[in-house]
Amino acid sequence: MNRDDILTATDLKKYFVIGHSDLLKRNPITVKAVDGVSFAVREGETLGLVGESGSGKSTVAYTTIGMYRPSAGAIRFRGRDLFEGNKPRSLALKKEIQIVFQDPGSSLNPRRTIKQILELPLRIHRRNEDRMEQVIRLLEMVELPPDYAYKYPQMLGGGEKQMIAIARALATDPAFIILDEPTSALDVSIQGKIINLLMQLQDEFNLSYLFITHDLSLMRNVASRVAIMYLGKICEVARTAEFFRQPYHPYTQMLLSAIPVISEEEETLKPKRIVSTGEIPSPVNVPGGCSFHLRCPARMEVCSRVDPVMVEVEEGHTVRCHLYEQGIGVQGQ
Amino acid sequence: MTALLEIKDLHVHFDVYGGTLRVLDGVNFVVQSGQRVGLVGETGCGKTTTMKSILRILPTPPARIPQGEIYFKGQDVLKMKKGDLQRIRSEGISMIFQDPTAALNPVFTIGQQLEAVVRHSMEGGKLSKGKIREQALVPLREVSLPDPERMLDSYPIQLSGGMRQRICIAMALVASRELLIADEPGTSLDVTIEDQILRLLRRLVEEKNVSVILITHTLGVVRETTDRVYVMYAGNMVEVADTEELFANPLHPYTHGLMAAVPRLTGGGISDGIPGRIPDYLNPPPGCRFHPRCERAMDICREEKPAFYQVNTDHEVACFLYRDGQK
Repeated sequence: MNRDDILTATDLKKYFVIGHSDLLKRNPITVKAVDGVSFAVREGETLGLVGESGSGKSTVAYTTIGMYRPSAGAIRFRGRDLFEGNKPRSLALKKEIQIVFQDPGSSLNPRRTIKQILELPLRIHRRNEDRMEQVIRLLEMVELPPDYAYKYPQMLGGGEKQMIAIARALATDPAFIILDEPTSALDVSIQGKIINLLMQLQDEFNLSYLFITHDLSLMRNVASRVAIMYLGKICEVARTAEFFRQPYHPYTQMLLSAIPVISEEEETLKPKRIVSTGEIPSPVNVPGGCSFHLRCPARMEVCSRVDPVMVEVEEGHTVRCHLYEQGIGVQGQ
Repeated sequence: MTALLEIKDLHVHFDVYGGTLRVLDGVNFVVQSGQRVGLVGETGCGKTTTMKSILRILPTPPARIPQGEIYFKGQDVLKMKKGDLQRIRSEGISMIFQDPTAALNPVFTIGQQLEAVVRHSMEGGKLSKGKIREQALVPLREVSLPDPERMLDSYPIQLSGGMRQRICIAMALVASRELLIADEPGTSLDVTIEDQILRLLRRLVEEKNVSVILITHTLGVVRETTDRVYVMYAGNMVEVADTEELFANPLHPYTHGLMAAVPRLTGGGISDGIPGRIPDYLNPPPGCRFHPRCERAMDICREEKPAFYQVNTDHEVACFLYRDGQK
């Protein structure tokens, strides 16, 4: 493990039992929502986790925050296992890892004022401070006027509500924040403001982000590194600039070629040869071998039999694909 | 040449508790035959309201159309009798909605729903059951769904989101429609699936020579799919131009703001976007409705509503900055 890593996941797995195929309940049907994911987030960086719906990116987030226990594998925060023994997570650890959800309309209690919403984490984690002062300071941090403390969530616009959700995450003074599609429920005209505020807060408080999204153009502008997820597995990881200069995995190329862009200059950055086909299969029935092989334009015979392993193709750029296993890089992990 | 669809000075009000929401405030909108027109704007700017008033499927009350005309092939839809209106809905104009799950009835099979559409289209009325089923298979094949026979006997819940949206497109294609209104057809789907749906739409539009109105808030989708773009803000059209021209030379401060707010693949950070939010329709600001958010607002903007100024051939903008032609 690297010393600047703040959070690492090693071979993380999360399976859900959704039913049984027989009456005696001997054969459970499981969904492999996350199936062997490893990644590391460095101190002060933004790791972008990108994938289509059903790829398991939110399950990674919810496991990290502690809503689920992993089925196998480990998540470490500054070297400490988050799921050591069977104990509930300590307050000190909860304080450090916070989350901002996608839809602020449903993550804020409509019957509480903004003040009450922001006070709750303060009451639990920072008992000895003046609360009203803290609430105003939090509102200031997200650039909202102090009189918002006495408003209710439904009195605010979508962007402002998300600002409150961010302020709530900041209330415990965390080191690590999971952003689960923080702007995908909002208009583009509001998105910029929120993203720029998040970036500014990151600089100011040296925060580390796990930024979950399906929007690759957004990732290009905010992430230090990008990880692409497909059906519970990570298929490519690279530093953002390199990733967009040379995407290796056929799925990544497919994703990139599908992005609608607004200028000719961007058009030239999209891989031209690949067009998107097929749909993400149900995670209950994951195809054997490489889970992407049914949609893959570069499919080989081996792909339906053997699941590929992560290979480093360039320094810091790893791909899980048979195309790159021989000759090009060294075997990773 | 008369336009296929022409909306003139359309006003739509909603009577609600506490007053009247003046949502559409004089919308002008033209679709020529064979044209693909995009309509962009933020959530709540009146895109869907405009489209629903074309088909007259707005709930009245609370909605009310105090003023305006909507001509489809020279006939005013707003003055039409029920029978004529029904004919336009079954043969002339069809609409695809954003969320295919909500658009399909969960308790009927795809076949039952598709056959109902066939039966209501004119020739369908006289066909036998077997013939209707045969007719229902045609559009299913056109939208490249695998195994269309089996599809007819499936329920919506058995299909994925992308497949459901293809079914909705298939329904819209039954009978030879002349105008297809697609209201955010890919927004609820994944990027790769959205890409497939849009490519399918583009192909069908070319093959069948239908005109399309594509509503979206993703500028990139508009650029790749349409010939002409309308930009809408708070119940007004603020700019209209051919697609290429608009992206090369956006004029209205609102269009500028929207374009700057889109994250680019080239990187380099994102602009802060447009400050403020869409106005309250109970008390919309006087003059240009965009002026409270506009960086270049002048005195006149607070008092008078700007007319459309022609700046270039086929490029018009409703902004006082362009009163005397190009700035």
